[in-house]
Amino acid sequence: MVEWTECERATIKDIFAKLDYDSVGPAALSRCLIVYPWTQRYFGNFGNLYNAAAIMGNPNVAKHGTIILHGLDRGVKNMDNMKDTYAELSVLHSEKLHVDPDNFKLISDCLTIVVASRMGKAFTGEVQAALQKFLAVVVSSLGRQYH
Amino acid sequence: MTSLTAKDKEAVKAIWAIVSGKKDDIGTDAVARMLTVYPQTRTYFSHWKDLSPTSPAVRKHGVTVMAGVADAVSKIDDLKGGLLALSELHAFTLRVDPANFKILSHCILVVMAIMFPKEFTPEIHVAMDKFLAAVALALAEKYR
Repeated sequence: MVEWTECERATIKDIFAKLDYDSVGPAALSRCLIVYPWTQRYFGNFGNLYNAAAIMGNPNVAKHGTIILHGLDRGVKNMDNMKDTYAELSVLHSEKLHVDPDNFKLISDCLTIVVASRMGKAFTGEVQAALQKFLAVVVSSLGRQYH
Repeated sequence: MTSLTAKDKEAVKAIWAIVSGKKDDIGTDAVARMLTVYPQTRTYFSHWKDLSPTSPAVRKHGVTVMAGVADAVSKIDDLKGGLLALSELHAFTLRVDPANFKILSHCILVVMAIMFPKEFTPEIHVAMDKFLAAVALALAEKYR
């Protein structure tokens, strides 16, 4: 089981409390599709992803970005049981969506960068460390049901 | 890894013109973050007395790293040739596992996003990510 310090718990809750999910989610997903274009393979039915402007203006991308953030929110609310919290989503991503789990790290990195740009100086090394740990646990939990 | 297109190079030079004035601060913060967020990287600095974000050794190293990045920008058309000496240093003397180049690159991008949120657009982000990956590849050239 993952051990969280009180400081880490507070930091994670604080980060997510301050995030506008409807803005950060779309920004993180569109950044991922632009910076790592091979991730577009999973969004064939999303319409126009031909260039950065199209991706950033695509309503399907925006909607899905928000869904992803709400998915992370589940982890924030269940930090002591992320494995079970994400079991169903792990099966979905492996059995139905067939997403290579390496991609989870890519969107985590993009989300970190978006959060950093929103929080500015408040995104200290300690805050980044807590977010990094949280996202690593999410990534690990999402990858558990793959075989 | 893909090679840098003309568009990538233009983007890198454009953002470098904007951020280079703060490169020492960027380097310091990136190295400090790396040591905090990825504690396994501390193994390379066991000879430092002080690994805290405000330590002079961290600042000095951040400055050194970013001087290397600046050099790489000026040699963007031939990174392998231009960074030969640095590659030999990393291969034979420092022997840093190349996985760590990715970690430090990510930290540099995070600091750029913090300090230049408006300018660090997704297009600039992809160009910088590609550039730093190309630099890392050039640094690993002499490893084996």
